[in-house]
Amino acid sequence: MTIDTQQALFGFALRLGDTSLVLGHRLSEWCGHAPELEEDIALTNIALDLVGHARLWLSLAGEAEGQGRDEDRLAYRRDVFDYRNHLLVEQPNRDFGHTIVRQFLHDAWSVELYERLATSPDAGIAGIAAKALKEVRYHVQHSAEWVIRLGDGTAISRAKTQDALDRLWPYTGEMFEADAASSALAAAGIAPDPADLRAAWAARVADVAAEATLTRPADGWMHKGGLRGEHSEHLGYLLAEMQFLPRAYPDAVW
Amino acid sequence: MAHAEQAGGANAGCWGPEPGADPRVLTAWAALAGVMDPEIPVLSVVDLGIVRSVVRDDDGGGDGGGDGRLAVTVTVTPTYSGCPATGVIVLEVETALARAGLDATVRVVIAPPWTTDWISETGRAKLAEVGIVPPPAAGKRALTAPQEAIACPLCGSTDTAQISRFGSTACKALHRCNACLEPFDVFKCH
Repeated sequence: MTIDTQQALFGFALRLGDTSLVLGHRLSEWCGHAPELEEDIALTNIALDLVGHARLWLSLAGEAEGQGRDEDRLAYRRDVFDYRNHLLVEQPNRDFGHTIVRQFLHDAWSVELYERLATSPDAGIAGIAAKALKEVRYHVQHSAEWVIRLGDGTAISRAKTQDALDRLWPYTGEMFEADAASSALAAAGIAPDPADLRAAWAARVADVAAEATLTRPADGWMHKGGLRGEHSEHLGYLLAEMQFLPRAYPDAVW
Repeated sequence: MAHAEQAGGANAGCWGPEPGADPRVLTAWAALAGVMDPEIPVLSVVDLGIVRSVVRDDDGGGDGGGDGRLAVTVTVTPTYSGCPATGVIVLEVETALARAGLDATVRVVIAPPWTTDWISETGRAKLAEVGIVPPPAAGKRALTAPQEAIACPLCGSTDTAQISRFGSTACKALHRCNACLEPFDVFKCH
């Protein structure tokens, strides 16, 4: 399928906006529940950055679509099958180690992506990426340090962290999956082919896993479907909570 | 890494009116110097370097007409993408300029991205006065090089440690002094 640049921009921005929004929401679920106060503040700070990125991407998506949908309309009035986030980020928090491993796998990808998008000839994409890059560099330092601390920690923390890595690994393939939108933008030189991020991502993950004394799982069968709107059941519950207020009071404004 | 340098480098100070600026623009900058950041209320939005530009609008056009107020457009930039203070800042800028007799249109732009290099010297001094360690002034080295020893703002000891990279607001990290045992905020290099 070939699509025009505006449609591709819409699809691409939606993928990044939805992925940021869903992960930001997942992290916000830790507010008041993290294992220590500083970490409670850190996770919610990162959530705030991610929701900020989501606002920028969804605004850009709305402009590219040209149907008058703004960031709020896109965030709050779409159901599961219209969401284009990676399946990785909708996975439930489970324990702290699981949350941190999920975060690291995502952060290591987002740093590579934003470094490349920051030099995109599309000013809208480059502007968001340059802004986000400064923030995700802090995120990946933070999540990588925790992976190392937990992996190279006690027997229990190591076992939980390894378990999280094994469970989440089959969700990592989707980050490098092309779709019609990314292919059109890659062909136009506006965004990288998602597959091009894999080598740098894998190298960073391997380094951190080694320092954490964790075993990097073998690449096998990978979950896919998020880019087509085929999600796990978890996303529906997340959206039900996130969208409750604007669904119940559709015209409410601050 | 080239993009990390684009906003730093030779740009040593904050933004401000150009020499010989229009009186209306000067009035606006003076009013903006009184608008405090809601989360770090010792810093004005000008000290923080988030006011990018002020330009005079045509009196006949825009939404400035009718009530005799003079129109300007103020361009501001958020510190962090998700900074919850941005909406409040826009409102406070509009209010302060209205008090100065100006009708402001406030634009929010994200590119080029804000950097702590845009915090003014006055701003750095004000941060230090209230016990918040100002960010390193020279470029982006702190993001890539090992952190230099940070002196405790209370007792001056350099025997300090980072407790958390993420502090009470998005732009600050939390540190602790091993000498006097007090925690303190550090403005992150960004």
